[in-house]
Amino acid sequence: MVERTPIFNAICQILLLVGLVVALLPFAIVIIAATHDIRTVNIVPMPLVPGREFLANIAEAWHRADLGHKLVNSILFATAVAGGKVILSAMAAFSIVYFRFPGRSVLFWVIFITLMLPLEVRIVPTYAVAANALAPFQAILDVTGLSWLIAQVSGVQIKLQWGLLNSYPGLVLPLVATATGTFLYRQFYLTIPDELAEASKMDGSGPLRFFVDILLPLSRPNMIALFTIMFVWAWNQYLWPLLVTTDPNFGIAVTQLKTLIPSEFGLPDWNVAMAGTLLIMAPPLILVMLMQRWFVRGLISTEK
Amino acid sequence: MEKRATFSSTTIGLLFALPMLVLIFVFFYWPSGQALYWAFTLEQPWGGGNQWVGFQNFRQLLSDPIYWNSISRSMVFGLGSTAIAMGVALALALFTDREMRGHSFYRSVFVWPYAIAAPALGLAFRFILAPEAGLLSVVNHVWPGIWNPALNGNDAMLAVIIAFSWKYIGYNFIFFLSALQGIPRSLIEAAAMDGSGPARRMWDIQLPLLTPTLFFLLVINITESFQDSFGIVDIMTQGGPARATELMVYKIYFDGFKGLDYSGAAAQSIILMGLVILLTFVQFRFIERRVHYK
Repeated sequence: MVERTPIFNAICQILLLVGLVVALLPFAIVIIAATHDIRTVNIVPMPLVPGREFLANIAEAWHRADLGHKLVNSILFATAVAGGKVILSAMAAFSIVYFRFPGRSVLFWVIFITLMLPLEVRIVPTYAVAANALAPFQAILDVTGLSWLIAQVSGVQIKLQWGLLNSYPGLVLPLVATATGTFLYRQFYLTIPDELAEASKMDGSGPLRFFVDILLPLSRPNMIALFTIMFVWAWNQYLWPLLVTTDPNFGIAVTQLKTLIPSEFGLPDWNVAMAGTLLIMAPPLILVMLMQRWFVRGLISTEK
Repeated sequence: MEKRATFSSTTIGLLFALPMLVLIFVFFYWPSGQALYWAFTLEQPWGGGNQWVGFQNFRQLLSDPIYWNSISRSMVFGLGSTAIAMGVALALALFTDREMRGHSFYRSVFVWPYAIAAPALGLAFRFILAPEAGLLSVVNHVWPGIWNPALNGNDAMLAVIIAFSWKYIGYNFIFFLSALQGIPRSLIEAAAMDGSGPARRMWDIQLPLLTPTLFFLLVINITESFQDSFGIVDIMTQGGPARATELMVYKIYFDGFKGLDYSGAAAQSIILMGLVILLTFVQFRFIERRVHYK
């Protein structure tokens, strides 16, 4: 850097190396434990030389946690959440930044307040809504007397019912319903020069055309960044999928970790548990390794 | 900032925001209102009408030592893990920022822990910190019975704190490093010209300029310790032994979905919401007063 400080540099390097060991050790232990057989993995201290049982353990974990099916579900689920966020946030931010209509600032706050309360905090009532996603509308109809009116006029009793438990929409929609991405797009739209919108208006393009042909292509870097962090975030969701998917057909990989906890009786098969952990934690990790720049950029610009 | 060239069609504008608005109405505002309603009523989980009970749910909750236990456990967990995760990340970011040999490698590796799902690292750390196998079991070999998170509450708390901090070192590192790189090099160089060494510059220039990031991360870490801890606790300890790691969100889940006490769980949710909102306001105040160095 600016001057020579060999002793201080050496101290820094040593501390960085310690940090590196702390950061990598858990990965190393998981990988090494996944290569041992059940007896070796229970030796104290655990041998740090990899064994030969890696493929057998992976196969056993794959079978026990039904990972073939669950990993596909996880990929679908995380892609849907990330894709939904990328598209809906872009649209909402477009409305907030580029349109002039009464109540725009109210709209802004209505959307941004959702940043304050994460899903985990309001989990019980959200679950109740998922049991019937149309319940809010039914309640509005009942309270305003509209359902009574309709029943009087047409003789049809209105019963809105759309259960989301054990379904893909039930997994995905509540996780899309926050403002995280909207803020990212808003900040970006504000940096786009006004002349661009003026010029395209002059050339006769309406808002839809401007959005599709100009704004979206310009926001490609933001979309990639947002997709990366949202994919990782959605893949790692645990509490919501645990509650909503009691039917194993809709289960995702992360909630399967529970089936991998070794039983308390007999010799615990940590080798299989770690093989399963490795499979489940690998996809987001690989994505972050490949897309590091986008991931860091997205994280910093969504949170600030 | 206001845009000059805006479109003026109200209908089209609202149509663009409509999908998002419907979603947040159904899955955010309605449930939050519902929680408020449940917190002041007593409801049977299988229907049968609600009865208005005023503050009774809260009174019951606040006179329950088990609830206070979960609050104090959450505080210990939140403050402990935040201190470790932020302290370690700050040191690593300061050293990485010096751009010595291998810094680009460090810069990517220190981010990795944040990519891991909380329950997955919960299972990994359950093995690493297990008393009878794994890495830490060595201490039990030397001093029998000194470490057992399955029986000793303090050990269990320490185990979940370690697992959670490990993940959030990655998160904090990203923000500290980006803030450090935002500090103009000329400041550092001017200080070096005046004869201050690297340690002195860290303490007197870089740290004070990081204060806004410090406050921001403090709030985020504590809020995350409320929510992201669920997966770790559920996989590692399930709130035990003897409620030693029963954090607030875990207790809400347990009372609401295992105990089917919706009203009690809703009242707990309301208190937790209040806490999170309070923290967010604190954060906004500090962000208002953020330091500008450009």
